[in-house]
Amino acid sequence: MKHLSEFRDPSLSRSLLARLRTTATRPARIMEVCGTHTMAIFHHGLRSMLPQGVELISGPGCPVCVTSGGDIDAFIKIASRKNVRVAIFGDLLRVPGNNGSLADAAASGAKVELVYSAMDALALAEKYPEELIVFLSVGFETTSPTVAATILAASQTETRNFCVYTSNKTIDPALELLLNDPDLQLDGLLCPGHVATIIGAHAFVPMAQRFKIPCVIGGFEPADIISALLLLLEQVNEGRHEVENGYERAVSWQGNPRARELSAKVFSKGESSWRGLGLLAKSGLTIRDEYSRYDAKERLGITAKEVPEPAGCLCGAILRGQKQPPHCPLFSKGCTPASPIGPCMVSSEGTCAAWHRYGGQQ
Amino acid sequence: MKLKQIMLDHGSGGLASQELIEKLFLRYLDHPLLADMEDSAVFSVPGTRLAMSTDSYVVDPLFFPGGDIGQLAVHGTINDLAMRGARPLYLSLAFILEEGLSYGELEKIIRSIAQASKDAAVPIITGDTKVVERGKADKIFINSTGLGVVAPDCQISLTRARPGDKIIISGPMGDHGLTIMSQRSGLSLSGDLASDTMPLHGLVEQLLDEFGPAIHTLHDPTRGGVATGLNEIASHSKVALEIMEAALPIRPQVAAGCEILGLDPLYLANEGKVLIFVAADKAQGLLNLAHSRPEGREAAIIGQVQEGPAGRVSLITAIGGSRLLTPLQGQPLPRIC
Repeated sequence: MKHLSEFRDPSLSRSLLARLRTTATRPARIMEVCGTHTMAIFHHGLRSMLPQGVELISGPGCPVCVTSGGDIDAFIKIASRKNVRVAIFGDLLRVPGNNGSLADAAASGAKVELVYSAMDALALAEKYPEELIVFLSVGFETTSPTVAATILAASQTETRNFCVYTSNKTIDPALELLLNDPDLQLDGLLCPGHVATIIGAHAFVPMAQRFKIPCVIGGFEPADIISALLLLLEQVNEGRHEVENGYERAVSWQGNPRARELSAKVFSKGESSWRGLGLLAKSGLTIRDEYSRYDAKERLGITAKEVPEPAGCLCGAILRGQKQPPHCPLFSKGCTPASPIGPCMVSSEGTCAAWHRYGGQQ
Repeated sequence: MKLKQIMLDHGSGGLASQELIEKLFLRYLDHPLLADMEDSAVFSVPGTRLAMSTDSYVVDPLFFPGGDIGQLAVHGTINDLAMRGARPLYLSLAFILEEGLSYGELEKIIRSIAQASKDAAVPIITGDTKVVERGKADKIFINSTGLGVVAPDCQISLTRARPGDKIIISGPMGDHGLTIMSQRSGLSLSGDLASDTMPLHGLVEQLLDEFGPAIHTLHDPTRGGVATGLNEIASHSKVALEIMEAALPIRPQVAAGCEILGLDPLYLANEGKVLIFVAADKAQGLLNLAHSRPEGREAAIIGQVQEGPAGRVSLITAIGGSRLLTPLQGQPLPRIC
C-alpha cells in the first residue's frame, strides 16, 4: 500500500495546496462527478482548505443514489419472493423505496446477502441450489464488466438458479444533461478515476470539446485530488478546455478495451430511469436477448414502475448540482443516515451523507 | 419514525442502538444507575463500593485469529468493570446453546474460558445453560456478568472529561473488527491480522495506582469503534474533542484491509483497547508507563479536550484539513466501489 501513503503525504499535499491558492485567481465552480471523490474530499477535510472562490459541486456519480425508487421497489418485491435470495453490494441495504428498504425486508424474513463482487453472488447459486439467486446490480462502467463476466461464467457453467436485475448505468448521458443546463454554469469537471480506468481518458474528449469545459481525471488520494484541481484551475485561467489525465498510474488514454468488450457482449444500451434526472436515453445497460435467461426482469416478469420522489426531498436537485444538502428542509432533521428519506443520505457516497457525516459547513 | 421491528442496525453499537436504549429500555427501566449509561454501574453497599456490568456475546465466527467467543465473554465484561476503575472480582456466565452444536466446539470454548479466567485471575462463580431447538439460536450465545470493587475515592466516569485533558489510546485500532469482517467476507487478507481481545484491568490498575485522580475517563471502544466511543464521551462530558488523524495508531495490515473492504478503522470494534482521558501534565508520564506494559506498548496521544461546543468531535486530517468525526450510524457497510 505504499502508493497510498505517498499520495497521502501531508507535505506533498500542503505544497500542492499552496500552488492551488496562487493559481485560484478567479472564482471557479468545479463539479466532482464521482461519489467516491465526494467522500474522499470530505474525508480528508479538503473542503476546509480550498482557496476562497473555488466551489466544489457534487455530481450524479453515486450509483446507489441515482438508482430509481421504482428499481428499489422492484428489488424489495424480488427479495420478498419465496425461494429467492438476493445478493447486493452493502450500500444498497438501507436505500428506501416506497415500501421500506432491503434492510426492512431482511428484518421481515427476506434473504438478503451482502457480497463484494458479482462472482460472489454466483457462488451463492452453488451454495443454495434450491433457491434462485438474484444479483441486484447497480453501478457505472467500472462495475458492469465484472457483472458481464459473471453472466458469461453462469452461462458457461450452465448455472440455472442465478439471474441479474440490471440497473447499471453509463455516466456520459447524465453529464451531458447537466452540461446542457444553463443554470449550472460549471467551470470544470473533476472526472471519475475509476470509470476512466475502463472507458479511458479519451472518452471525455467529445464532451470537453462540445461544451468547452476543462476535464481532468483525478485519483482519490488527497494529492491526486488537489493536483487535479490545480490542472483544472490552470485550464480555467488559460481559457483552455482539454482532457488531462491526472491519474496516470491507473488510467490510460485508451482505457481497458477488453473490459468494454465484455460489457458490450452481454449488455446493450437502453433507456434508464435516474433518480433526480428522469429517463435518459442510452444511459442504461440491458442484458442482450442471447443471455435473457439470466435477466431477472424477464425471468420474474418484474418491471420497475416510475414512482414520485419523496415529498420535500431535494435529492433530485442535489444530484443535478442545483442545490446543496443544507438547502433541503429535511436535511439532518427528518432525513439522517439512520432513517434516510432520500438516496443521497443513505449511500455512504451520497452527497447528503457526506455533509451530514463530515460537517459540510466547516 | 416509529419503530416497527428490530433491525440489525439496533445491535451495531451506533446511533440506532442508542436510540433503542433511550426510547424503549430507559423509558420503562429508569433507575438512575442504568440511565447513566456507563460501561458498568457503580454503587455502594455498607462498607464498600461495587461495580456491576453485563454483556452478551454472539460473534460469528466462534473462532477467529487471536481469539474466540469464550475469551471475548471473559475479557469484555472484565474490561467494562475496569472502565470504571473497578477491580474485577467475579464473573457469571450464562449459555444459550443451539441443538446440534458440536460437543468438541463447546469444549474448546469452555477450555478457552477457563484459561482466560485463570490468566486474568477473575474466577467464574455461577452460571446457567439453556438449549434451544435448531434454528432458534446460532450455535452458541454467551452472557457474562461481572462484579468488581471500586476504591472509595475513584470517580472515573464518561462524564468527567475536562477541557485541557489529553486523550490517549492504548494501542492500534480496528484489529478485532477487521479480523471478524475479513473472516466473514471470506477474503484472506495478507499479514498477521488478529483480534486484539485481552483483559485491560491489569493496565488500568497500575495506571490508577500511579496517576489516580489525574485520570478522568476510561472507555473501551468496542462496537462502533473509536469514533463512536469518543462521541459518547464528548456528549456525556459536555465538551468538544479534537483528534489528530496523523497520531491515530493503526497497523499497516489493518489500514490495507480497510482500503480493500471499504471500511473506516475509526468505526471498527476493538476488544483490547482503552481510551484514557488524563490531565495534560500527567499525560506523558502515563504514556511512558503504558508503554512499559504489553497492553499499552503502542499507546499514543491522539488528541485533546476543548471547552465546546458540547458533544462535538472534530478530526484534524493528516493533510491539515478539519472535519467532523460523527458516531457510527447503523452497521459499518462496505462501499460499492
